[in-house]
Amino acid sequence: MFQNMLNSIDPYSMQILVNIGIGIILALGLNIITGLTGQLSLGHAAFMSVGAFAGALLTIKTGVPFYINILLSGLITAVVAAAIGWPILRLTGDYLAICTLGFAEIVKVVFLNLEITNKALGLTVPTPDTSLPMPLIVLIVVCLTIIASAFIQNSRFGRALKAIRDDEIAAESMGINIARYKVQSFAVSAFMAGTGGCLYAHFLGYINPSDFGFLKSIDMLSMVVLGGLGSIPGTIFGASILSAAPEFLRFMSQYRMLVYGALLVFMMVFRPNGLMGGIDFTSFVLRKLGVKPRGVSRSKEVQ
Amino acid sequence: MLVVENLSVNYGAIRALHQVSCRVDQGEIVALIGANGAGKTTILNTISSIVPSIGGTVLFEGEDITRVQPHLIVRKGICQVPEGRRVFARMSVQENLEMGGFILTSKQEISQGIERAFTLFPRLAERRKQAARTLSGGEQQMLAMGRALMSNPRLLLLDEPSMGLAPMLVEKIFEIVVEINKTGTTIMLVEQNASMALSIAHRAYVLETGEVVLSGDATELSENPEVRKAYLGE
Repeated sequence: MFQNMLNSIDPYSMQILVNIGIGIILALGLNIITGLTGQLSLGHAAFMSVGAFAGALLTIKTGVPFYINILLSGLITAVVAAAIGWPILRLTGDYLAICTLGFAEIVKVVFLNLEITNKALGLTVPTPDTSLPMPLIVLIVVCLTIIASAFIQNSRFGRALKAIRDDEIAAESMGINIARYKVQSFAVSAFMAGTGGCLYAHFLGYINPSDFGFLKSIDMLSMVVLGGLGSIPGTIFGASILSAAPEFLRFMSQYRMLVYGALLVFMMVFRPNGLMGGIDFTSFVLRKLGVKPRGVSRSKEVQ
Repeated sequence: MLVVENLSVNYGAIRALHQVSCRVDQGEIVALIGANGAGKTTILNTISSIVPSIGGTVLFEGEDITRVQPHLIVRKGICQVPEGRRVFARMSVQENLEMGGFILTSKQEISQGIERAFTLFPRLAERRKQAARTLSGGEQQMLAMGRALMSNPRLLLLDEPSMGLAPMLVEKIFEIVVEINKTGTTIMLVEQNASMALSIAHRAYVLETGEVVLSGDATELSENPEVRKAYLGE
């Protein structure tokens, strides 16, 4: 059935849809460290890169089943993130941002010079041998990432992250081990970026270290900021728009970056919290459906 | 209960505290008063391990807590209401209180704690779902205090609870401080508003440029001519 549905979509649209899916995974990952924990990362493309090369090399050298490969790429990326996060997450704000930026450049240069990543030529990734078609796998990972994000956001772990975002000193005096939680959220964030990178590598069939440069990091950040930092529906929305935009704006060729820029400027002026920032999406939908009329839940809880 | 001995703290090359000693006994309200930059907040921050000391010890219930990591202090039974309240701005009142009970493990304990906070501050119950940043200054102070009480501290450190509040609210807050103390929580209070602080405290320490210059019974101190002149506006 799925096969039929997938076949009815033309390859070009499919390419865009998969790009959107991968964009959502990456943006939701970044949302955890930047949106929830409030730590600005300007180097998230590096984690995508680590995941992409880890995934590609696993396929080429070991040929592990693709599903395990996705998990392993994510795990490898998470370990790298934890190792780098331990020293640099002591920094905050601009300093942290610059550090992550530097780290991303290092990763790029290292991959451009390593024999195993085929230097500047990049790697050609064979199509994985899977029972499910690639777009469907991406869709499944997207769903899992959304579920995981929602789960994290409403968990004790997620609340601790939000507390760190709002006030580190107060969070610490409430008994939250800031260093540990920051590293953990960095690792979870990188895990998602790694799986996204792995899917990207296998879907595209070719990766080059230069694809994961500063602009890619900024792309990811724009998705999160456009939709609304810390908001899952917002991030999904932002990622969808910005992943599809380059295609719809193709007629403008090199001028499309102008539209990007203008869009972000207008958003910052009119909706500084992001397009969907500050909206409690669940209760909004429930209210629209008439399930939970305005005000009832509140008066009930206050009594 | 709390014994601070010869505590010294430097901020870079600047000496903030010089061999400060003080103690707080079970059930007391102890006030630290003094001018700006006297080191009042530094004492609280050093007890909470937010600021490292270069000398001296902090003993709490006989245990040396001088080098305990800041996030573990609350587990020892000490909680600080920081200067400027520092509520979690984008989280709701309810979530703020839940965060206060972060070290509690049972859901029941947390909901009991929240109920207690709402009894103490009925105002917060009305604003349960509101983001903390939308509260007024007084409400934020109440929230910060309610949040700190969630962890059931035996010693509550209050830093400038009257800061930026209208006189009527200041009185209200101080009444609640006395009420909290009566339920068995020992309180160490840092305050610019010396007359208010001395009116509710059992004992007080007067600090000047990082040193304790006077200490004693709060009523005696408030009759001391030097204190009256320097801090009570006479």
